[in-house]
Formats: sequence, C-alpha cells, structure tokens
Amino acid sequence: MLGRLTIDALPFYSWVAMGGALVTVLIVLLTALVVTWAGKWRYLWEEWLTSVDHKRIGVMYIMLALVMLVRGFIDAIMMRAQQAIALNNEGYLPPEHFEQIFTSHGTIMVFFMAMPFLTGLINIVVPQQLGARDVAFPFMNSVSLWLTAAGAGLVGISLVLGKFSTAGWTGYPPYSGIGFSPGVGVDYWIWALLVSGVGSTMTGINFITTILRCRAPGMKLMQMPLFVWTTLCTSILMAFAFPALTVVAALLGLDRTVGMHFFTNELGGNMMNFANLIWIWGHPEVYILILPAFGVFSEVTAVFSRKRLFGYRSLVYATMAIGLLSFTVWLHHFFTMGSSPNVNAIFGIATMIIAVPTGVKIFDWLFTMVRGRIAFHPAMLFTIGFIITFVIGGITGVLLAIPPVDYQMHNTTFLVAHFHNMLIPGALFGYFAGTQFWFPKVFGFRLNEFWGKMVFSCWLIGFYLAFMPLYALGLLGMTRRLEQYTHPDWQPFLLVAFAGACVVLVGVFSVFMQFYVSIKNRNEHRDLTGDPWNGRTLEWATSSPAAPYNFAVIPEVNSVDAFWEMKKKGEAYDFPDQYEPIIMPANTAAGVLIGLCGFLVGFAFVWYLWWLAILAMVSAMAVVIVRSCNDHGEEIITPEAIMAIESKRKAQLISVEGLSARGAPA
Amino acid sequence: MQSSPILYPKGPVAETERDLLFLATAIMLFTLLPVYLITFWSCWRYRANGKGAYRPDWHKSIFVELFIWAGPLVIIVVIGVLVVIYTYRLDPYKPLVSDEKTFRVQAVAQNWKWLFIYPDQQVAVVNELAFPSGRPVNIEITSDTVMTSFIIPALGGQIYAMAGMTTHLNLEAFEPGRCTGRNTQFSGRGFPHMVFEVQLLSENDFARWLDNVKKANKRLDSMSYQKLLRPATKYPVEYYSWVEPELFSRIIAKYTGASGALPLQKTGSLE
Ligand code: HEM
Ligand SMILES: [Cu+2]
Ligand SMILES: [Cu+2]
Repeated sequence: MLGRLTIDALPFYSWVAMGGALVTVLIVLLTALVVTWAGKWRYLWEEWLTSVDHKRIGVMYIMLALVMLVRGFIDAIMMRAQQAIALNNEGYLPPEHFEQIFTSHGTIMVFFMAMPFLTGLINIVVPQQLGARDVAFPFMNSVSLWLTAAGAGLVGISLVLGKFSTAGWTGYPPYSGIGFSPGVGVDYWIWALLVSGVGSTMTGINFITTILRCRAPGMKLMQMPLFVWTTLCTSILMAFAFPALTVVAALLGLDRTVGMHFFTNELGGNMMNFANLIWIWGHPEVYILILPAFGVFSEVTAVFSRKRLFGYRSLVYATMAIGLLSFTVWLHHFFTMGSSPNVNAIFGIATMIIAVPTGVKIFDWLFTMVRGRIAFHPAMLFTIGFIITFVIGGITGVLLAIPPVDYQMHNTTFLVAHFHNMLIPGALFGYFAGTQFWFPKVFGFRLNEFWGKMVFSCWLIGFYLAFMPLYALGLLGMTRRLEQYTHPDWQPFLLVAFAGACVVLVGVFSVFMQFYVSIKNRNEHRDLTGDPWNGRTLEWATSSPAAPYNFAVIPEVNSVDAFWEMKKKGEAYDFPDQYEPIIMPANTAAGVLIGLCGFLVGFAFVWYLWWLAILAMVSAMAVVIVRSCNDHGEEIITPEAIMAIESKRKAQLISVEGLSARGAPA
Repeated sequence: MQSSPILYPKGPVAETERDLLFLATAIMLFTLLPVYLITFWSCWRYRANGKGAYRPDWHKSIFVELFIWAGPLVIIVVIGVLVVIYTYRLDPYKPLVSDEKTFRVQAVAQNWKWLFIYPDQQVAVVNELAFPSGRPVNIEITSDTVMTSFIIPALGGQIYAMAGMTTHLNLEAFEPGRCTGRNTQFSGRGFPHMVFEVQLLSENDFARWLDNVKKANKRLDSMSYQKLLRPATKYPVEYYSWVEPELFSRIIAKYTGASGALPLQKTGSLE
C-alpha cells in the first residue's frame, strides 16, 4: 500500500537536513495558520487560486518564483559556507547532503525560480502590450501555472520525505540510473521536471498563439514592442525544446522504474544519447531564460532614456537569430566526450556566431541611451549593471566555445562562474528590472526607490565578489561540485566568494524589504494615471491596476510605440460615451485540481504507490472531461459595469494635476 | 596564481592551450573596451541634467548599424579561424610528433580511484601515473563505473571516460617533475578524492620506478581485479608487479558483450 514509503524516508541522516525539513513544515503550517486566522481562505480561493485572469496568474507565478529564489539561495549560501571551511576537513555538511544541495540549487533556480519569474512577467505584460483582453487560452494558462507549482511542490516535499537527487541539475546517467542511484532522489528530480515541463510547453504554445492571433487591430509584427518579440521567440523555444526534455526525463524514468536500458552501461544503453537529448533542450533553455530579460532591457532603456529604441529592426532580427542559432550549438556542452575535431570545430564556431547578434543588441541598447535623457531609476540601474557585467560573461563564453580551451576549463569553477555570469546579470537582473518597472501597473503604486537601489547594489557587488574568484579558481584547477578539497591556495578565493554570497543575502533581504516598505507607504506612491514613467507601449494606456478586461475599447495601432504616438496626437485618454458588453472567461477550480493531480502522480511514481498514480491520473482526466462539458465557462461584463469602472478612471485622471500636459510627451 | 597548473603548464599540449587562452582573451578584451566606453560616456553625458543634446526620435543610422554588426562579426571571424586551426592541432586523439617512441598507458576509472595499466611493461598501478618525460604518451581511457572525466591540467586536455568505450589522450611532459590529475565529472561520494599523482621521470628514474613496481608482491588478474573494483575513498597508491594481458579490453568487453569479458557484477549505490 505504501510502496517504498517507510519511516526511513524521514531525514534523520543529517542534522542540517532535519532542520531544513522542520523549517519547511513549519513555514507551510504557519502560512496556513495565518490565512485561517485572517479568514482569507475564501478570498484566496475565489479571487486568486481559481483565477484565469492573466494578470493574477502572472502575480502568482512571480510569488512562486520569489519563494523558490529564497530556497535556491539558501542552498547556494550553504554550499559557499561549506567550501569556505572544507579545506582538509569535512566541513559541516555530510557529503550526501552537499550533493543534494547542488542538485536542488541548480534545479530550483532554473525550473522553479527563473522559469516562473519570466512566465509571470510575460503573463502580466504581454496581453496588455498587445492591446488584448487576455491570453489565447486562459484556462490552459491556469493549468500551466498549477503544473509548475506542482513540480515545485515535489522538490519542496523531497526535503521532508526522502532525499533529493545527487546527480546534478542535468542528471547524467549512468550515475542517475537505478543501479548507481537506487533511492528516490532522481525520481523526484525526474517527476518535478516532467510535471512542470508540460506546463512550460503549454505556456509556449499559449503565447505563440496569443501573440500571433490576439494583437490589437492594425498592429503589424514589426510594430510589436520588443518584449513581445522576445516573448514570441522564448515561446517558440519553449514549445520546441521542452518536448526533448520531457522525452529524455521519461526515458530515464523508464530506465529506472521498469528496467529499460536506454542510458545504462549495459545491454546497449548509451549515456551519450542522454547528453545529446538533455542539451538539445538545455541550450535553448538558456535562451528561454535570457531572451525575456533582453525584452525587459529594451523597454526599460527606451523609457528611462526617454527616447525611441535605437535599431528596432536590428533588435528584432538579432532576437530571431539568437532563437534559431540556440538550437544548433548543444554539443559545446560535451566537447570533451571525444568527438572528432570536425564536429568540435563546427559546434565551436556555431556557438560563437551567437555572440554577433548578442553584441548587436548590447550596442543597440547603448545607442538608445545616446542622445537621450537618462533617469537612473532602479530598473535602469539593473540594465546598466547588466550591460557591463554581461559582456564579461559573453567573453568567457566565447573562450569556452573554443574546444581546446574547453578541454582545460570543462567542469571547473570557471564554467560555474561563466554560467552564473550569464544567468544572474543576464536573466535575473532583467526580471528584477521588470519587477521594478511593471509593479505599479499591477498594484497601482510604485516601489520604493531607495530599497530598489539597495537590491541593485547588493546583487551587483555581491555578484562580482561571489563569482570573479571562481574564474580564478578555475584557472587554479578547482573542479565544480567539490564538497571538500586539499589545496590551501584555493581557500582565500572561496572565502571572498562566501563574503560575496553574504552581500547577495542582503540583496535578497532587500527584495522583500522593498515590498514591505512600499506596501506600507503605498498611499504616497500611488500611480493614478496608469502611466508612471511616461511609457511608450500599450500597457501604460490602461489604469493601474488594469481593469479585469484591460481595455474597455480595444485600441487601434499603426506604429511602433503605440501609446507614445497616441499621447503625441492627444488621443491617449479618450473615453467613449457607450461601451459594448465584454465576455471574459469565468474562474475555474479545474486548473488547481489538475495541478494537484499532477503533484500526486509525481509523488506516487516516486514512491511506487501505483494505486495512487492511477487514481490521480483518472481524476485528472475526469476534471478535464467535466471542464470540457461545462458551458458556463464565461462571464459577461455589462456596459453599465464597464461604464462604472471607466468613469471612476476618468475622474481619477482629471484629478491628477498636469494630465493635459501628459497628453503630449515632452 | 603560481600554483595554477593551467597558467604554468608542464607540457607542450597544455602550453599551447594556455597560449591560445591568452590570445583569445586578448582579442576578446577589444569588445570590452567600446562597450565600457560608450556605457560610461553616455551615462555621464546623457544623464537627466547632462550636457548631451536630446534627440528623442534618433533611432537609426546606417553608419552605426554597420559598425555594430561588422564589429562583432570581425572579432568572431578572427576567433573562428583560431578555433579551426587549434581544434585540429590540439585534437586529443592526434598522436604527438616526436623522435622518441610513444609511451603507452591505459587508465580505468573506478569508484573512486584510477587504475593505470602499463601494457608494454606488464605492470599496473593504482592512483599513481608515472612515465618518462620528453616522450609522447598515449593514454587509453575507459570507465568501469559511471561516466567520469580524465584530466591532468598541467599537461593539458581532458576527455570523458565511459564504460564500454575507449577515449584517447595524447600528452607529453617537458621535463621531470610532478603534478596531479583527477576526475572532474561528479561520480558520487568519493568524487572529491578521485585524484592521482603524476610522476614525470627521467628515463633512469623511470627504470628505477619500474623496478620498484616489479618488486611489489601483488598481481592483478581477473580475481584480484574484482576485489580492487569495490568502491573506496582515498585509496592508497598500490603497485601490481604483474597484470593479466588484455585486462583493459576485457574490462571494456564487460559492457559490449564481446568475448573474453570479465563478469559484470552488480552496481551499488554511490550516494
Ligand atoms: C548569488 C546567488 C548564487 C550563488 C551564490 C550561487 C552559488 C552556486 C554554487 C556554490 C554552485 C555549486 C558550484 C559547484 O558545485 O562547484 C552553484 C551551481 C549552480 N547554480 Fe548557482 N548560485 C547563485 C545563483 C544562481 C542562479 C540565479 C541560477 C540560475 C538562474 C543558478 C544556477 C546554478 C546551476 C544550474 C548550478 C549547477 C548545479 C549543478 O552543478 O548541478 N545559480 N551555484
Ligand atoms: Cu549551451
Ligand atoms: Cu561514449
């Protein structure tokens, strides 16, 4: 009945793991208690969890991302602390725990921090930038969210019941096969990826459709905001790359549970196939993470330089080129597997070709600043910090793409420094900038700028301190994933890296402090116009927060920077005398339920609870069938209701001083 | 940085790899310069109350576009040429050119130690690799466990070791000395200690070393090999005065089903 689930599943093997489990359980209980005490379960369920409104789904994605950011960062600082002291001794973490930590850190940061973060931003912003009322498939959007959350839940519960994988975030077999890793860890990893991966594939399909089908009338492709362009590329990559991940994780799962031999040492299994498949997904994945951040940087630079984006066409072509090329370079992850020099040279060159469009983008942002009027808002600071840090990562990336250099640097901390150099300034800074930028659109008030600058400074300085020493350590020959070491000359660098992680800790704290302070003083920072930064694209044409239907009247678009044009012509704030009724999708519990089933399926397969697996799969199917037969999936917003909302907005606009002057941008 | 095996190499392969690293870094630094200059200059000149002219609609310029596409392209073409030249020159499978006779070694990755077989000398050593300096060395590599990766940074190169497959490294040492090698691909509990010492010896010293190994009273046949295969961390250096011929290919045959294979034992948890 209980499969592999016995009392041994509890984390008695290490005090630190035990503590982690206790803290996790306590936090969950505490959250439940607080919600109960505040009497908010009903509100939470009706307004949020069952919501299919793209803005609310976006917010929930980002909340998930922030929670997982904390979790992933705790892992990071624990590793840094371990390596800072583990010279010729065991440090404070037992090996099995350290190994779980580097795996969960990588897995969480990529799948459950970065992916939800960017999906959240996309959800909030893209429909509004398109002048649309919602995404193409609102219900599917909710399912995607809850499947992602289910995957995160599987990683979370692995801390309390059983162990997590020790095979690293790429889970190379045969180490991750049942022979060498017989525990439940790798299964948790596989199912977290499988369940959330389905969500990501659906997100990709959803946004490709949204962008191609739901643009405001008149908006040509070459008039779409850059963030929409990068989203389109990211979505295409998601839809094409994630199936490879699903396949490779499923094959590994079959190897482990039913004794297939796809990737084993014996019986014709071949681990090199795994490396190929996982990187056919894995390399595009890096661009899935980075491209939306590039979109944010494009929007932010234009708005805070108060200038039109330089080289719009260049930026679009560069984005498309990066998207395409990202599928052609996966082999650079295993130059050292013994391929012929022909193969290695071709993949090396293919890799560095990506540096060309990337370089073009950097220069386009720089020339957007030139002849502008730069305001150093935190979002802009993140953009500048990104530019000067990302070039370093780009340079080291090109170095690693030279096969003979990679022979030396592969699997060293030089590589670890390089990919963090891409992912932190390249992706995370972009998400942070996007949060600073679009927060008022979602919540109706601006974020506190002092704490925003704190977040920026701590992450920037902390990043340099934490990762520049790793470049040096790589040259000293330090390998990644070392739980202890014997070289005294490594330790000073590792101490600096630890100090850097501590500075980042202040940065993580500042993220939450910024929210706290801003919410407390929200009345001083109200955004009454809906356009706090004198924006250029359509999302600033709506009120902050936007009405459930975004646009009472769908705008007509005939240029890049549609809203800027409207302001110039003085048409930005026209209100009609009459409204048409608007049909919006109704909330539904089906998404949450399918997510829950996804979680149970994963959990059941991990512990070999076959009855539960079947039950959960049948339930998921039942939910889908019931939902498909339900014809009350829609809600009609009457013209009267719209009129009420819009008149309020009009009154608010008139109450703001200087609105008439705002009609035309300076 | 004095202790860096990569910056202070002990062999021609690693030396060429280092010089390539330096050269490519120098070229790439040219990209840093314009980016930093334009960033700091425009942040200063075009700040909110700076002196720069404000031209909100300036958004294209053929001249600038040409520069920003051509600049990176030129740099990448230059580096691309380096890639082609050096990837062939430093192909780990390519035998090194030398007047001296190539020295042969076979390396087998286990948990968590390295077994080195000297097919021409008929001896085997655990966790210590010795060979004459000034002579090209050809290392055949395989794994009798999970995937691992073999590297001696001071001599250069790195190549994966996989069960049932052979990979090759061709290296050479300039002069006598010592350095270390290791596995860089995480392989479980004993991974941090999966290190071995490399003795680069003069011909005389190597002969002496070989004598020493031959004096050991252990012999490596299929039976003692199975014993050696048991997982162990921080395994001491061990000499075998005799090794069964064809042991290396019989280890590989375990996984390929070829004849003469050693028995395939059950794998165990590495967590
Ligand atoms: C300042 C925050 C961070 C610190 C201090 C940090 C630190 C670390 C450390 C110590 C490792 C292990 C390196 C080793 O095994 O030698 C690691 C691995 C990794 N990190 Fe981070 N990290 C941070 C943020 C991030 C972010 C934001 C991402 C992704 C978006 C990320 C993705 C990864 C990945 C994929 C790995 C590889 C895991 C593996 O080896 O399986 N990290 N990080
Ligand atoms: Cu890649
Ligand atoms: Cu292979």
